[in-house]
Amino acid sequence: MMNIFKKTIFSVLLSLLVIGNVNADKIRIGTEGAYPPWNSKDESGKLIGFEVELAYTLCRYIGQQCTIVEQDWDGMIPALIMRKFDAIMAGMSITAERQKAISFSQGYADEVASLAVMKGSSLEGLDTPAGINLTKPNAAAKKALKTLTAALAGKTVCVQTATIHQNFLDSGDVGKVNVRTYKTQDEVNLDLASGRCDAALAAAVAFSDYAEKSGKPVVLTGPTFSGGAFGNGVGVGIRKDDTELLKKFNAAINKARKNGDISRIATKWFGFDASM
Amino acid sequence: MDIELMINSFPKLLNAAVVTLKLLSVSLIVGLFIGLLFAILRLSKNVFINKFAYGYSYVFRGTPLLVQIFIIYFGLGQIESLRTSFLWVILKEPYWCAIIAFALNTGAYTSEILRSAFQTIKPGIIEAGQSLGISTKIIFYKIQIPIAIRQSLPAYGNEIILMLKGTSLASTVTLMDLTGVAKYIISTTFKPIEVFVVAGGIYLFITFIIHNIIKYLEKRYSF
Repeated sequence: MMNIFKKTIFSVLLSLLVIGNVNADKIRIGTEGAYPPWNSKDESGKLIGFEVELAYTLCRYIGQQCTIVEQDWDGMIPALIMRKFDAIMAGMSITAERQKAISFSQGYADEVASLAVMKGSSLEGLDTPAGINLTKPNAAAKKALKTLTAALAGKTVCVQTATIHQNFLDSGDVGKVNVRTYKTQDEVNLDLASGRCDAALAAAVAFSDYAEKSGKPVVLTGPTFSGGAFGNGVGVGIRKDDTELLKKFNAAINKARKNGDISRIATKWFGFDASM
Repeated sequence: MDIELMINSFPKLLNAAVVTLKLLSVSLIVGLFIGLLFAILRLSKNVFINKFAYGYSYVFRGTPLLVQIFIIYFGLGQIESLRTSFLWVILKEPYWCAIIAFALNTGAYTSEILRSAFQTIKPGIIEAGQSLGISTKIIFYKIQIPIAIRQSLPAYGNEIILMLKGTSLASTVTLMDLTGVAKYIISTTFKPIEVFVVAGGIYLFITFIIHNIIKYLEKRYSF
């Protein structure tokens, strides 16, 4: 009897060891699952979206298995540093601020940010160009920032916490606005619809996705933003000491881009080619 | 450990602790009134009043504070007719939503603490008052309430400390309290351990003060 008992324990321990080894070979990728169409969840709670599909594609090119791990946005970078997973694919833009803490692969997709308001808001139809680049703002971009500063004075603008959108509002480029920060984009959308926010700032696709799914009259206003505080596209976040993995991801992105995989997946989820 | 970050974030966090203390004190004061009212209702012989008061404390003690604050903030914000009513002036502000949730929550616990304190008052004390010809009203206000408050001090001190920690949930509805500012600093520095250690230290210090005030009051009003 004792012998069987010992054997059982031994085999259980052995299998744990084997499972542990299998997991060690897997690349763990962290994503938020709450930022459609980049990454989100379906009704059954399964992670879906552009980056989930792209992650599996990249892993095929790398030749390693992947597991996708869900992580709240505000703890994303700390969780990577603490080795809860090995890479971030969560619509995370490459910014100088984040690069102080982690490395990024080359960008795989780009998004433009935009302000959104409810239909009928006084902020609708601002007299600005269609899009401005903040890396080296030209005269038109500077004028647009002035228009925005005047329009947003004293208004409450809502953003998700720890995002490029929050960084931009905090930078003072559009003067002193009341910035309200939320844990998720879903909550930003809810408070925009309820009227607690005069405007919200996020990826333009996040708002069009919400407007389409909820049927709420959310409209974009002002210019679309890129460059500067908005970073240089979205890349894979990787720990600084993990140079081996960084090389693998960069190579995989090159292959996936050349074969048209990124464009195809981006068009499927965004409705347009957001790849870069 | 990034000691410099800890030192730099300390004044910002201390400032934010003022918001936390404001939230705590306003909700405790409102909650104490609610608690006293519902404790008295619980002692009522009328079945409906009694059940109503019981239902209130049952619901607010039986659900997480986070759920309550989400229902009041995000839930009520979804109701169109509410948004066009005068109530929206208050419900629009995250500050008041947090106060409402905290006050209702601590009110439920306080009502239970006070009710049990009322019930432990020995009938002999009330009878003694009656035999001296003191009216029921005076007995209630001058004898029962003071004794009940003294009896409930240790349990109420606990409730204050629980509520202090509960206020950290205000950050989930965009308020920049101690936890909110800590999260904000982390969002730009990506160093949660350092910042949360400092924030935790400030919470601990506030708890230490509250604990000692209650201990002093217990000694002062012991009998």
